[in-house]
Parts: sequence; structure tokens; C-alpha cells
Amino acid sequence: MWSGLLAEFETPEAMMRALEEVHRRGWREIDSFTPYPVRAAEAIVGAGRSPINWILFPIAFGGAGLAFLFQWFCNAYDYPLNVGGRPLDSVLSFIPITFETGVLFAAVSGLLVFLLLSGLPQLYSPIFRAPGFERATIDRFWVGVDERDPAFNRREVERAFRGVGATSIVWAGGES
Amino acid sequence: MRQRSVLVGMPSDAELSNQLLSTVWLPRSRPAWLGLFGLASAGTCLFVLAITVTLYQGIGAWGNNIPVGWAFAITNFVWWIGIGHAGTFISAILLLLEQRWRTSINRFAEAMTIFAVIQAGIFPALHLGRPWFAYWLLPYPATMRVWPQFRSALPWDFAAVGTYFTVSLLFWYVGLLPDLAGVRDRAPDRARRILYGTFALGYRGSARQHRHYRLYYGLLAGIATPLVLSVHSIVSTDFAIGLTPGWHSTIFPPFFVAGAIFSGFAMVITLLVPARRAFHLENVVTAKHLDNLAKMALVTGWIVIYSYVIEDFFAWYGGERADLYQFFVARMRGPNSAAFWTQQVCNILVTQLLWLRSVRRSPMALWIIAIFINVGMWCERFSLIVISLEREFLPSTWHGYAPTWVDWGLFAGSGGFFLLLFLLFLRYVPIVPVSEVKELKHELAREEAL
Repeated sequence: MWSGLLAEFETPEAMMRALEEVHRRGWREIDSFTPYPVRAAEAIVGAGRSPINWILFPIAFGGAGLAFLFQWFCNAYDYPLNVGGRPLDSVLSFIPITFETGVLFAAVSGLLVFLLLSGLPQLYSPIFRAPGFERATIDRFWVGVDERDPAFNRREVERAFRGVGATSIVWAGGES
Repeated sequence: MRQRSVLVGMPSDAELSNQLLSTVWLPRSRPAWLGLFGLASAGTCLFVLAITVTLYQGIGAWGNNIPVGWAFAITNFVWWIGIGHAGTFISAILLLLEQRWRTSINRFAEAMTIFAVIQAGIFPALHLGRPWFAYWLLPYPATMRVWPQFRSALPWDFAAVGTYFTVSLLFWYVGLLPDLAGVRDRAPDRARRILYGTFALGYRGSARQHRHYRLYYGLLAGIATPLVLSVHSIVSTDFAIGLTPGWHSTIFPPFFVAGAIFSGFAMVITLLVPARRAFHLENVVTAKHLDNLAKMALVTGWIVIYSYVIEDFFAWYGGERADLYQFFVARMRGPNSAAFWTQQVCNILVTQLLWLRSVRRSPMALWIIAIFINVGMWCERFSLIVISLEREFLPSTWHGYAPTWVDWGLFAGSGGFFLLLFLLFLRYVPIVPVSEVKELKHELAREEAL
């Protein structure tokens, strides 16, 4: 969310009521901002379960496979070295690095995928300038309707927020 | 009431945030703090000095000599990396098991992990003898067209420790994001708002971010769980794939993992008890937390004791003369057997005090026991490594071992460096995951209302 109308609530329950209300009235470009994850909100803002695990799954196994092949290439193919007559393509001794590399690939690419999917880093957003919004990471629960929503109408959104008992309603972003 | 005891009272979200985030910006210059910081800095200087001597003179400056080629460096490596394991255990495994008492201490424990792994990584690098060639462990297209030998345990260690450090750091940083955002929004001065805001990457706790955040954090916990078990298992294979009497045993991977978590819980207690007092965290780090940590130390301690028994049993049942001699003569009566007996007293006897509820509820008693366990676990690694090498198969190769001041300097210095990093963490990073504590509080309040 870049700019739109924001409303503040004191409890996650009140915030959820407001979120359900704006959703019921047909706005879809909505989001909530809370000090800790409120799971119920995720389904309503139209964002289902994160696909991050399905993205990481092939990366992890790809990384592990790559590590295995690479070890085989180094020690059994490109530079075979006889150590006490042990087999060159010793599958067992390649397992530790195979596993570790799979984990490493999953964790590091996971961070990149997570940042990409959640639109971070984004150090500036007009939302941060909304008066009182700094408490969204402390003890206040916010609901926002983005002005890009085709059905957005500032007055109506404001009325909806007032109806569910917002403690404050502020505009974030440029003039409108 | 039982559930409530992981959080004392019902502070408001704002009060909690102020209490737990303000450690980052409140001035702190009491003599005790400065003294501790000075001590840690002095230890770090000693560390740098001992490393410099090692680099200048070579590892001849150490007491290592054939047959005892591993000694302090590997003892310290195993000890430090083991300590790290409890941090991951608390932050990852207890998260998957939905243990509520993990919440307020996980940041702490993870920081300990990262700093312990840093110390651990230094020792094998120095032990290479020519640390400036440490990059030879990396598979890079060298002009000589040689590759690292992946059938050796050294590249396994390299991969395990490197991965462990990276994943721990990521896990810690991702967990920090909401609190960094909290400091950004709460800090009184502009400089801190900019600094912490930059590290918070613009995180603002929106539902669209949370859904990815929760899943990625859970995934990290999921992959950190087998990872942490693999790291000390791989460390143990350094020993177990060797033929040395006292090392060549199939029980090593679980034995090492249990020992690691045991020593790590002791270190968590060692650090947590003073920090809890200094920062007045009694309401979020309650007696219940200390009690559970002590119980975990007791459980893992018993797994370690079981492993001691099985080791002796294997030696006896195997009937191999060198093994029998190692376990029943060398460790008990050979040179450096003092380390063995210290290990027995600290790990087997002192740990049993944790059966007493009054001991588990007393921070002071717990702290002293934890110190004993730290010492005992270091001695365990020392006697495992040194006494085994002192008494190999051929009596004609037997030789004793004595450390030099450089050995002691490196060991004490790594402790100083660890303490320095930890003090900086206490000073500059929110030490309790505020966002998670608030979520927990909300859950508890809802359960109470039902």
C-alpha cells in the first residue's frame, strides 16, 4: 500500500471488525498494519498462504543435487586421488556437504524471496508520515484502503471506518 | 495461572515496548557495566595478541606436538560450537514444538549462538597452521587444477560451520525485523531512527508482509532443526572416522549433540541470569523460564551420562586392548586425568542438584551450577581429545601434553571476545523479542477470558 486512507484501532479484535467491514463493502486493495501477526487478517486482505515454501523446495533440492554432483566431479572425475584405496565416488562421504548446501541454498534464497514477495526493502513510504502511524509497530492496529482501489471513494471509506469505531482516521500520501 | 507464569502481570503493549526497546537508547555507564566492558576488551586484546604470536611463530607456539596434534584448538572449537547449539534448540526446535517459554529468551539464545560460532570458527582456521591458506578449503578453479578432498572431515566441518553460521544469522536477523521497526518508531532521537530504520528495511507489519514473514520464519526454524543436529554430528565424525582409541565409536553423533545442547543450556543460564537482573527483566524472563532451562539441562545431562556409560560399555564389550586401556586406565589415572575427574564431578554430580525445585528456582544457585557445567563440558572435550591422543595403540609413541601461555591466551581471549560481542548485543539490539511477547500476551489474555 502506497497511499490511501488509514484508520487506527486499539485492539486486534476491533481492527478485524473494521477489516471485515471494508471487505464486505467491496474494497479489495486493503491491508492491515499490526505490531504482531494477526492471522485472520491475512485471508481477508486477499492474500492466501504464502507460496514461499514451494519456491524454496526446488531451490533446496537443486542446491543439494548441485553439491553432490560437484563433489563427484572434483573427487571422482576431474582430480581422482587414491586415499588408502577408498572408493573415489564415495556416496556416503558426500552426504554431509550435500545436506549442508541444500540448507544453505534454502535459507539464503529464502531471504531474497521473502524480501521480494513482501516488497522490501522499502525505506520510505508515505504511510510512515501519517500522524500516529508510528504506533503500528508498538500498540495500535491499523487498517488501510488504498486509493488505487477502483471503488475507492474517500468519503465512503471514512464513513465505513467511523461506523466501526476507529479512534483516528488519517490520509496517507499526496493530496487528494 | 500455570500458563500465565511465562509473563508476570499484564503490562500494556506500550509499557512492554518501552521497557524492552528502551535498552537500546537509555544511557548505561554504571561502574559495573564499564568494568565488565573493560574486562571484555582486555580479553579481546589478549586474543589478538595470542593470535598474532601464533601467526608470527607458527603453531609451534602452542603445546601441540605429535602425538597430541589437536589439543586446545580443537577442544575450544568443539566447546564453542556446542554452546551455540542450545541457541538454535531454543529458537527453532522449541518454536516448532510451540513452547511458550521460548518466546522471551530466543533472541538472547540466538545471539549467543552466533557469537559462539564466531569463536568456534577461529580455532580450526588457526589450527590449519597456515591460516592464510584457509581458502584452499573452498572449491575454486585453482591454477594447479586440484580440488579439495571432500572425502575428508575437514571440508565437512567447513560446510557445516559455515552453513550453521549463515542460517543462524539469517534466523536472528529475520526475527529482529519487527523489533528494529519498533525501535525506528519509538527511539527518541533521529540518528537512531535512521540507523534502525535502515536495518528494519521498511518493515511495517502489514498483513501482506506478515504472511510471507511467518512462513519464512517457520521454514527457517524447520531447516535449522535438522541443521543443528547435523552440525555437531559432523563435528563428531571428525573423531569417529578416525581409528584412535576413545574416538572410534558409533555413539559419537548423538553423544556430541546431547553434550552440545547440555553445555549450551548451561551457557544460556550463565548469560541470562546476570542480564535478567541488570535489565530488570523479571517480568518477562520469569522463574518459570529458569526452571525450564534447568530441566532441559538436567535431561540433556542425563543423555550425556548415558553416553558415558555406553562408551565404557563398548570398550569393555569390544575387548580391544587399546580401548580398554584408554577408558579404564589412561583417562582415570594417566597424565591429565585431572580433566577427566573434573568432568565427572561437574557433569555427573553437580548436575544432579537440578533435581531440587528450590535450586531450579534460585537464580544464584542455577548460575553457579551452570558455570560448573561449562567447565565440566570443556574438560570433557579436553580429556576426549588429549588423553585419547596421548595413549594411542603403540606404547612407544605415547607422550604427554602441556599447554603453553599462548594456548591459555587463545582460550581466555576467545571468552573475552565472546563477552565483548555479547555486551555490544545487549547494548545495541532489543534483547527480548517484543513483538513476540506482545503476541503471547494477547494469546494469554484471550485464553483467560474464555
